[in-house]
Amino acid sequence: MLKQILFRALVGGSVVSAFSMLGDLFEPKSFAGLFGSAPSIALATLGLTLFAEGKGYASTEACSMTLGAAAFLVYASAVSGLMMRRKWPAKLAGSVSLLLWFAVAFGLWFAVLR
Amino acid sequence: MRVSLNPAVLKKTKFHEYAIRFLAGGIVTALTGIIAKKFGPGIGGLFLAFPAILPASITLIEKHERQKKERAGLHGAVRGRKAAGIDATGAAIGSLGLFAFALVVWRLVPIYKSWMVLGGATVIWMAVAYLLWRIRKAL
Repeated sequence: MLKQILFRALVGGSVVSAFSMLGDLFEPKSFAGLFGSAPSIALATLGLTLFAEGKGYASTEACSMTLGAAAFLVYASAVSGLMMRRKWPAKLAGSVSLLLWFAVAFGLWFAVLR
Repeated sequence: MRVSLNPAVLKKTKFHEYAIRFLAGGIVTALTGIIAKKFGPGIGGLFLAFPAILPASITLIEKHERQKKERAGLHGAVRGRKAAGIDATGAAIGSLGLFAFALVVWRLVPIYKSWMVLGGATVIWMAVAYLLWRIRKAL
């Protein structure tokens, strides 16, 4: 179990780092920002899930992921708004808005998929 | 507006900044697996779209842009915040690509070969994100 968790962490860390480095490389910043919502965790997780649990399990995860992505849209829009209009620093806007991601993701899950 | 590559940026990023992103990605991926095991793939799947990179990325961008201005003897707080805000706007646009990625995997993974679906979904993520970014720039 511990080996599996460490392997997941290693794969996830590598994929996330690769996408974030790609994002760093591009100009302008608004284009580079597209990589901030890259499917890095999804690729790492689904790749391993498909191997270990099968296609049905991965499909169910991807179905829920559509709701997570909707929550991401709300999260990133809130971060952008808080920084540009309310002048919040990045660390504060990025961390406080995570509560919004949780609220929207779980709210949608309860409303649509439960 | 043209998209260009600027490899010099990679030299500005310090080792500990790469390490933070590696750790954040690793921890969230490991947690996603644990959550899926404990609560099922329905709940675990939500975390496949968890904003793991964005908080660290915008903090880094804000810091780098501020330092760039300060080196030129200017006050860089506003510039840093704006640059990070623009990056977050890009991420909001990209999240619609993330939605398309999830939709493709959800509908097609039971039918086609897994590697084809994951590869195709990644291409669709980029295509949708780029197209929407172009549309927004044109408006």
